[in-house]
Amino acid sequence: MAAKGQGSGQRTVQPKSGAKSVFDEMNGADGVLRDGYHTLSRWLGEAPPELLANRKGEAEYFFRRIGITFNVYGDAEGTERIIPFDIVPRVLTMKEWDKLAKGLEQRVKALNAFIGDAYGERRIVKEGIVPEELILQNPAFEPAMTRIQPPGGVYVHIAGIDIVRDGPDDFYVLEDNARTPSGVSYMLENREAMMRLFPELFGKLKIAPVDNYCDNLLRTLRSVAPPGASSEPVVVLLTPGPFNSAYYEHSFLADKMGIELVEGRDLFVRGNIVFMRTTEGPKRVDVIYRRVDDEFLDPLAFNPTSMLGVPGLMSAYAAGNVTISNAVGTGICDDKAIYSYMPEIVKFYLGEEPILLNVPTWRCREPQALKYVLDHLPELVVKEVNGSGGYGMLVGPHATKEQIEIFRAKLVAHPEGFIAQPTLALSTVPCFVDSGLAPRHVDLRPYVLCGADGVRVVPGGLTRVALKEGSLVVNSSQGGGTKDTWVVEGDLTPLGDR
Amino acid sequence: MLSRTADSLYWLSRYIERAENLARILGVAERLSTLPSAYAGASSEWESAIATAACGPAFFNTYSHASRANVIEFIVASEANDSSIRKCVETARTNARSVRTALTTEMWEIINGLWHEVQKFKLKNIDPSQLAKFLTVIQEASLRFDGAAYRTMLRTDHFHFQRIGMFLERSDNIARLMDVKYHVLLPEQEPVGGGLDYFQWSAILRAVGALTSYNWVYRDNVKPWLVADFMILRLEQPRSLISSYENLNRQLDSLSEKYGRQGQAQRLARVTFANLQNQNIDDLFQSGLHEFLTGFIQSNDALGAAVTEQYLL
Repeated sequence: MAAKGQGSGQRTVQPKSGAKSVFDEMNGADGVLRDGYHTLSRWLGEAPPELLANRKGEAEYFFRRIGITFNVYGDAEGTERIIPFDIVPRVLTMKEWDKLAKGLEQRVKALNAFIGDAYGERRIVKEGIVPEELILQNPAFEPAMTRIQPPGGVYVHIAGIDIVRDGPDDFYVLEDNARTPSGVSYMLENREAMMRLFPELFGKLKIAPVDNYCDNLLRTLRSVAPPGASSEPVVVLLTPGPFNSAYYEHSFLADKMGIELVEGRDLFVRGNIVFMRTTEGPKRVDVIYRRVDDEFLDPLAFNPTSMLGVPGLMSAYAAGNVTISNAVGTGICDDKAIYSYMPEIVKFYLGEEPILLNVPTWRCREPQALKYVLDHLPELVVKEVNGSGGYGMLVGPHATKEQIEIFRAKLVAHPEGFIAQPTLALSTVPCFVDSGLAPRHVDLRPYVLCGADGVRVVPGGLTRVALKEGSLVVNSSQGGGTKDTWVVEGDLTPLGDR
Repeated sequence: MLSRTADSLYWLSRYIERAENLARILGVAERLSTLPSAYAGASSEWESAIATAACGPAFFNTYSHASRANVIEFIVASEANDSSIRKCVETARTNARSVRTALTTEMWEIINGLWHEVQKFKLKNIDPSQLAKFLTVIQEASLRFDGAAYRTMLRTDHFHFQRIGMFLERSDNIARLMDVKYHVLLPEQEPVGGGLDYFQWSAILRAVGALTSYNWVYRDNVKPWLVADFMILRLEQPRSLISSYENLNRQLDSLSEKYGRQGQAQRLARVTFANLQNQNIDDLFQSGLHEFLTGFIQSNDALGAAVTEQYLL
């Protein structure tokens, strides 16, 4: 397969380098207040600092009381923490959102088409667009899926697309999360908290609601029930259990959808049909929204020591008697080398220009790209192709000499395991920190639902914020926090002020 | 509903109820132990607290004698005690967390709030005013949990399992409390109109928060056979054994109606309830209160086992 150099990277718009001034979503790069932020800015200007501190305290109390916590692996003291919550909302205008939503829908359609093709004819390989080994040697590639057709041809029912921006016009996709994206409960609970804390702002602004997410999720899951299921398919949420870091979210979602929250031991397979153990005896299950990774799903098919899964689940799946959501093997799209081909993937399957941009990406598996990356390590962000959660990543400008040398050695030894990207000047949003209001870098994870009956996106998403001054790492496992995301209608700059 | 969910709901309710009963036992022991020795019974209040809490063997593995400090430490928070109040709260919360969806928000917030509250207490060498505060926190949380369950839960099988756990635990605790005090409830040597035993009898009523209501029902001073009558056979007393069984019967019947079949659990509950209905207190004393209570505790255990067998596995 011919190496394509920087591939998509050279054809996408080059982001501004870190040296340029950082784009602030409230004040712009030039200090002119932006659309959507007028009411909020005025309110923040008038609110005494004690009031903000006070509301921040209330927010923390709210999150503790409802028990919205996450567990940090390898943290001995206190296994339950709350994610720091910033009380200043992040605002997107309806116009910005509409563009973003179209781009998200397009992206997820392309992802589904790509996965179907990767487990089917592999036309995209035959056309010479994506190298075959990126699919077949991908650790998330699941051979069994070449024989399984999920209902409606939908593989990714829930996608979390991580979005960043560095200016007023362009949104970049940083990562596609097509396995089991988490965090949506924070989107919903953050909104809940904000409505309690700042009712006056909700009175003044037209903020698009997000609370129909769970209804949409249930509709999406029911739409992909196996053909043999009843008109009211039984949907369950499969969790690894209370010790999983995202357990709160699992119980939250099951509760909001009114479906059973099951663990592996609650399910069993008989005659290729999945049942759950109930007080009234066995009950048939049609759709499993699983929050358990592929390799733990079925000890007979994958990891034989897994206690989290259900023996025989994969054969029930292959027999078409149950839908697993997201489908098994969707992790091939989380791979950052595949990511770098997304613009071509969108064009290939949909025949459209991609609405959302990719961050330029050097695939270190390609010798030319590797040479460039090794020469420019202090400027670049280097990521493992299969890494997630901000682990196994080098942020060149913030790294010590030793860290850079360690990565250089890793790159030389296993170039195919890494990609590199320029350090983006991520946009900032004002946050309420110890010193008062100050800009901090943010990203955005909207949640895209894709059923047999279409794509649904609620206006908003989870804004993650790097609370340390200057930091670009937003992951909650690395000191990141969250804030509410408001898609606001109106609140535009008066014409005279433009 | 999932068997595991029913199991967690059932146990979580048992643990909350148990925590409340332990708190009440300690409260009463604390009160009686402050009386001059002439008013106290032969055995120490603290020994009888340990006996009532049914943790004698574990206690005497750790301590040589039942002093105030030892008993309080053991029942409130000792690591060596699997049924300490703190452990009950922890276990209840673990169960609640694993069946978060089966609880209403209100119920979860009470349990989670209680857990956070208990974490805040310094439970070593607890002084009397701290102890009083701690016991109040526990009892109030249990009351609120019961109220929240009653007012916010859908009347589905979730609710029935929550109630079944609560009433089974309550029956067990009340029967044990009575059994430990049974020697003072024997009427023969009763010196009418007071004496040291008066405080012991009223202690039982106080332990279940029924001293005032006793006065309303009997309009008489505290008499041992009336206390036993009140706690075992009177339907109007909501913590009496017969009340718990009336409720257990109702919840189990609702389950069998919903599921369209019944089993050993329904049969056992009906038998015990009928026995209580057919008793009168004089006969009961004739044949021996201790024997009656021992038998009751056994059949109550058997009902618990039948519920597990029938629904929770």
